[in-house]
Amino acid sequence: MSAHLPILQVILPLLAAPTCLLLGRTQLLWMFTCGVSALCAVISFQLLHTVHTSGDIIYSLGGWSAPVGIEYRIDSLNAFVLLLVTSLSTVVLCAAKQSIAKEVPESRQLYFYVAFLLCLAGLLGILCTGDAFNVFVFLEISSLSTYTLIALGRDRRALWASYQYLIMGTIGATFILIGIGLLYMITGTLNMRDLAQRLPDVEQAHTLYTGFAFFIVGVCLKLALFPLHLWLPNAYAYAPSIVTAFLAATATKVAVYVLIRFIFNVFGFDFSLSQFPLPQIWLALGIIGVFAASIVAMSQHNIKRLFAFSSVAQIGYIIMGLSLGTAAGVQAALLHVFNHALMKGAIFLAIAGLCYRLGAATMNEFKGLGKQMPWTMAAIVAGGLSLIGVPLTVGFISKWYLVLAFIEKGWWMIVPFIVIGSLLAVVYVWRLVECAYFQEADSKREAGEAPLSILLPTWILVFANIYFGVQPQFTVHATSIATLGLFGATP
Amino acid sequence: MSANILLQIAILFPLLASALILITGKNPGLRDKITLVSATFLFIVVIFIYRAFDASLQVEEGTAVKSIAVNWAEIVPGLHLGFKLEALGMLFALIASALWLVTSIYGIGYMRGNNEKNQTRFFMLFPIAISAALGIAFASNLLTLFIFYEVMTLSTFPLVTHKGSEHAMKSGRIYLGVLIGSSIGLFLPAIIWVWAVTGTTDFVAGGILQDKLSPLHLSILAALFVLGVGKAAVMPIHRWLPAAMVAPTPVSALLHAVAVVKAGVFSVLKIVVYVFGIDTLSDASYLHFLMYLVGFTIVMASIIALGHDNLKKRLAYSTISQLSYVVLGALILSPISVVGSALHIAAHAFGKITLFFAAGSIYTASKKTEISQLDGIGHRMPWTMAAFTIGALSMIGLPPAVGFISKWYLLMGAYDEQVYFAMGVIVVSTLLNAAYFVPIIYRAFFKTEADGSKPHGEANKAIVVALSITACMTILLFCFPNIPFALAQSIAVQ
Repeated sequence: MSAHLPILQVILPLLAAPTCLLLGRTQLLWMFTCGVSALCAVISFQLLHTVHTSGDIIYSLGGWSAPVGIEYRIDSLNAFVLLLVTSLSTVVLCAAKQSIAKEVPESRQLYFYVAFLLCLAGLLGILCTGDAFNVFVFLEISSLSTYTLIALGRDRRALWASYQYLIMGTIGATFILIGIGLLYMITGTLNMRDLAQRLPDVEQAHTLYTGFAFFIVGVCLKLALFPLHLWLPNAYAYAPSIVTAFLAATATKVAVYVLIRFIFNVFGFDFSLSQFPLPQIWLALGIIGVFAASIVAMSQHNIKRLFAFSSVAQIGYIIMGLSLGTAAGVQAALLHVFNHALMKGAIFLAIAGLCYRLGAATMNEFKGLGKQMPWTMAAIVAGGLSLIGVPLTVGFISKWYLVLAFIEKGWWMIVPFIVIGSLLAVVYVWRLVECAYFQEADSKREAGEAPLSILLPTWILVFANIYFGVQPQFTVHATSIATLGLFGATP
Repeated sequence: MSANILLQIAILFPLLASALILITGKNPGLRDKITLVSATFLFIVVIFIYRAFDASLQVEEGTAVKSIAVNWAEIVPGLHLGFKLEALGMLFALIASALWLVTSIYGIGYMRGNNEKNQTRFFMLFPIAISAALGIAFASNLLTLFIFYEVMTLSTFPLVTHKGSEHAMKSGRIYLGVLIGSSIGLFLPAIIWVWAVTGTTDFVAGGILQDKLSPLHLSILAALFVLGVGKAAVMPIHRWLPAAMVAPTPVSALLHAVAVVKAGVFSVLKIVVYVFGIDTLSDASYLHFLMYLVGFTIVMASIIALGHDNLKKRLAYSTISQLSYVVLGALILSPISVVGSALHIAAHAFGKITLFFAAGSIYTASKKTEISQLDGIGHRMPWTMAAFTIGALSMIGLPPAVGFISKWYLLMGAYDEQVYFAMGVIVVSTLLNAAYFVPIIYRAFFKTEADGSKPHGEANKAIVVALSITACMTILLFCFPNIPFALAQSIAVQ
């Protein structure tokens, strides 16, 4: 049994999705989906444990070994991201029942659970597989289900946002496919390890460069690197709140994983970061992204859009970490992947609670909320503090490691940018605080605290924000092992 | 009970008090009793900590060094959340807890006398700010200090904007923007720099930066710290302090004459002594530019104070000027001037809180806020104006007020190190201090009231009692400066 865990991880939600159609009632659906996700979380915990104690797990699909069949590889990097995705999806799902009941019409709630499970299966598939084409297949599974999830939003603009993402996402996926196709053309293999072995000897350098460029741009589109982020704000803003929380916490993180995996384990460190001016491009885009997105976030009226832009800014930090090309930089990026998932998960879940009570989340609704929904607002403030990078929150840990990585590399000049970026975050978080705590609510409105089923998961994430901010040993340990694995494989 | 536990009680207890005040908010009588009882309790706890600390000092002279320290968590190797008792922090903690008690009495009288709104929020946030002040006082490293420093900024913001008017919100934004901006933009990078160079941020006697940085870099780092600790209000990072004057007077008195601003200069002093080390910093070749800036602040703020007719604004600029005395004393880099700085923290605290109490008393009794309205008020409010006079004497630095002692030590230190610039600044600013305080006293006692003004007496008893206590303390500290002096000396000896 335990030998089959890597595939079970993917198969479980994939099979669970059609099973949903057999379960009629939403109550059952919800419990079933939660159960599946929780099971995945348990499996991924087990996987991480196994990887840390006894090394990488290689699983050949159907017993056909690597060059012929598809192989799944779990190492310290994807085991870590697996745990992140499954545990966050479980927490988010716990809050889903009431929020979805409110925001999605009864007749379509079934689609939500089906699409959610498919999306989860897609994301986990991307993480598990060791086959380049498989990555594309699972990427499409997760993307298509994401379009559905976004389109479920109550607002008619959700359709438009979903369509926008469909166009952009398809362009991205096509680029990735072209990239993988070109690689296949020059090497004749799709297995990542074989690719890594054969690529250095490839003579058609132009084809390789072209494939590389297509692939990187495609993935960067999926992870919403500035200026390829245009799909993200609308998608986050108009999707059902729970979907936003799920996407913000997981989808872009998985794309970051794909980027790291291909840079280090397929193209190779030397090729990607030395022969190509990629670090410079990334560093510039990362910094500009942090600034531009933060500044746009300041003037947003819709709170979901505000935090969506803030997500784009945070991706900037992750990319800045990667651009260093050092172990410390990659570790900082991985830490921020994990920590940012926690922050945004907490914030968007809190906003889900808010939408449940108020129907929308704009600045106007926020007036006087500090008194009317104290726990929800406190969660948003805690998440905001983490976003700023205040000590004792996870945001501090990842920014600290990022700054150290830059100092270690000797790029002192970049540190002020990170600091100023944090100050920009102060501004947009503070606008919210001022609105919620220091302005009076419209007299008519009587809003109570969010329901417990949403509040509880929110606060679990808030506590995770603080716990991993004070006791970051687990995350630091896991990311340092993952980084070692990456740099060990490419001497 | 061991001093370690007392130390944690002192930091955590105000938070409990804050929660209790929030719960009992519906019942003002009970709520105010809780404020008074917890302020008293905290003061007693801090006195016990002082006794334990005093005892440990005696032991140190003998054989084993026993330090009172607690470690809460290690976040990243070399980055702790922890507390350690040392003389300077002890002094600050004593001042803050003693004056919280007095301000509680005063605050209750003031809030009731003026029928202010949102009193529960007001009394709830005070203990949080005090907890932050004690956290800063006892912090064993830069990170802990920074965390409590930010807690203090955030917890005092609703106090500054208490009135909730458009003007108050605007001032609040300046307050927050300047303090958060300077701390994250300059203070935090300085901390990261220290950590990157030394691998630690602990406060160690003699400093942690020996031979680690070039003279130029030392000067830049010192500038980052002095300006980054925006609460020290060295120009041009001073705008927040006058802006904060929209707050109710008890806030201006305790926070913007004592806790917040003293947290600023205390941090600067502590960083100079325990991070740089006096000997190390004397290598910094460009430090005199920083000293010019501080001297400029002292003189310029005094000149601006002269031009303000609003009493609280004048006191605010006087505070900016006086704070820079402490920074100047730290930058003179002689042991004697450091003693002077530490004493000045105490002296200015008691003097300035008396002045603010008096300003609030005048406002409560007569609703007067401008100096030009104060003709003859000394006859209507003899207690208030007598206390005001004592506070003003202390600011100018005349006996029998404690301000005399600290200025004396600052001058001695400057003379020892032959920093004639500093001596000149102190002399000039003393004259300016006199120029903006003496006319107020003259008006109050020797001019006759304008015709047709409303008759009024003293403000209510709580206010008068509070300001009499602090005025007496100003004189008593002049006569018996033993405790602060002993503490200040033991810093310099290290």
